[in-house]
Amino acid sequence: MDTGTFRGLMTLILIFAFIGIALWAYSKRRKPDFDEAANLPFADDDEQPTSDEHASRESDSDAHSRQDRGDKK
Amino acid sequence: MSTALEHPTYNYKVVRQFAIMTVVWGIVGMTFGVILASQLVWPQLNLGIPWTSFGRLRPLHTNLVIFAFGGSALFATSYYVVQRTCQTRLFSDRLAAFTFWGWQAVILSAIVSLPMGFTSTKEYAELEWPIDILIAIVWVSYAAVFLMTIKKRTTSHIYVANWFFAAFILTVAVLHIVNNAAIPVSPMYATSIYAGAVDAMVQWWYGHNAVGFFLTAGFLGMMYYFVPKQAERPIYSYRLSIVHFWALIMIYMWAGPHHLHYTALPNWAQSLGMVMSIILLAPSWGGMINGMMTLSGAWHKLRTDPTLRFLVVALSFYGMSTFEGPMMAIKTVNALSHYTDWTIGHVHSGALGWVAMITIGSMYHLIPRVFGRTEMHSVNLIAVHFWLATIGTVLYIASMWVNGILQGLMWRAINPDGTLMYTFVEAVEASAPGYFVRLIGGLFWVTGMLIMAFNVYMTVKRREAISHSAPQAA
Repeated sequence: MDTGTFRGLMTLILIFAFIGIALWAYSKRRKPDFDEAANLPFADDDEQPTSDEHASRESDSDAHSRQDRGDKK
Repeated sequence: MSTALEHPTYNYKVVRQFAIMTVVWGIVGMTFGVILASQLVWPQLNLGIPWTSFGRLRPLHTNLVIFAFGGSALFATSYYVVQRTCQTRLFSDRLAAFTFWGWQAVILSAIVSLPMGFTSTKEYAELEWPIDILIAIVWVSYAAVFLMTIKKRTTSHIYVANWFFAAFILTVAVLHIVNNAAIPVSPMYATSIYAGAVDAMVQWWYGHNAVGFFLTAGFLGMMYYFVPKQAERPIYSYRLSIVHFWALIMIYMWAGPHHLHYTALPNWAQSLGMVMSIILLAPSWGGMINGMMTLSGAWHKLRTDPTLRFLVVALSFYGMSTFEGPMMAIKTVNALSHYTDWTIGHVHSGALGWVAMITIGSMYHLIPRVFGRTEMHSVNLIAVHFWLATIGTVLYIASMWVNGILQGLMWRAINPDGTLMYTFVEAVEASAPGYFVRLIGGLFWVTGMLIMAFNVYMTVKRREAISHSAPQAA
């Protein structure tokens, strides 16, 4: 196998790997796991309330708004 | 400093140190930018001595803003995000402290060695070999702290921001070591192990991936944590973030040759670099859209939250400069834009608009939290900073567009008999108004950073007042 053929095959393998990743990412089976992962930034809300003047502004971060809207089912 | 507000689980000390240095190096690095912009308007400001000449201060400016300001921001945010999303303390406090002091030592040695004229002449890799070795040691320690922290996480998933941070850390280690491979000749001089066009290709493989991984992947890690946090919504599509990650990683590596259009580099390599640069638009915009759409249903927050405004405008500039970049990589466009101020404008639309704005937005979220507060001292001052930064960026890039196209057209204008229509110095003279407008844009930026420093100082000071009074209250 010459270098050109080898490089061509590598490109092909990478294309299939990428298509595989995309299919895996969009499979319905992964949805619950990804939802959990997407909420990790909010999993450890330990910020202590302080007497800041701005701390009392309205918060709409209830469970409803924390569902992502980009991923259907 | 008091330890009264120390977090029970996380190591916030190293985050605080890097966060403060982000602001400090931001001011210093951008001030050098303003000095250089002034030198282009008034060349007398070179002062006629070698240490303050444009050629020596320019690499100092780029090193300070990229590695000191951007680097400190990346250390601070990656240590903060990895702890909070893995819900565990950093792998080693001592090694983390070593990365802080080691990185500051690298920056100080740049401040000393570059004005003295020591340079490897490789753009964005100017530091000489003893400093390069120190960088490599600090960077491997950084990789160890970060990756081992992910390994000991208590959550089942590795949040997408950590994927971007990890890719940035690993790739920068490889890029730095390969590009700086050299044979030492004297204590402050080494010669590259590559020669000719290969050396140029290795340099721009490094150079473009420094943009792709240091200034993009790392800051996308910031984006994937701080945009959802500040908008109080999870990322628009976690699936898209995974595809975004792998597409970006796979394609960025190949774009380097567009820095070497119409040079001794083989033509096929130039064309390959051009094609891969155009393809790069897809993952870049995928990431931008993912960040932007996170705001859907929360756009009203932009009215009251200038921190979120910083983050969103950063994404807009990211989208704009990642459209401009592929366009400039097209060889026919590059024939006009290369070596002109258009390139400088493009870099700053990415560096000020994207990198600095996402950093500042992240810092306004992070600094109060690691200092035991929930908000900055003054939200109004954040808003003032936001407008100064936005107007400064627009002035900067608009003037450089005008200058770049002007220079490109003047250089290529030919008389009917085939001679050049303009001398080079005529193009320089015509650029003078643009240089002045750019200087004003830079002054806007430095002013904004000084306001940020005041705001941070007041935030930290109040934290100390709280922590001192806490025992009596209890």
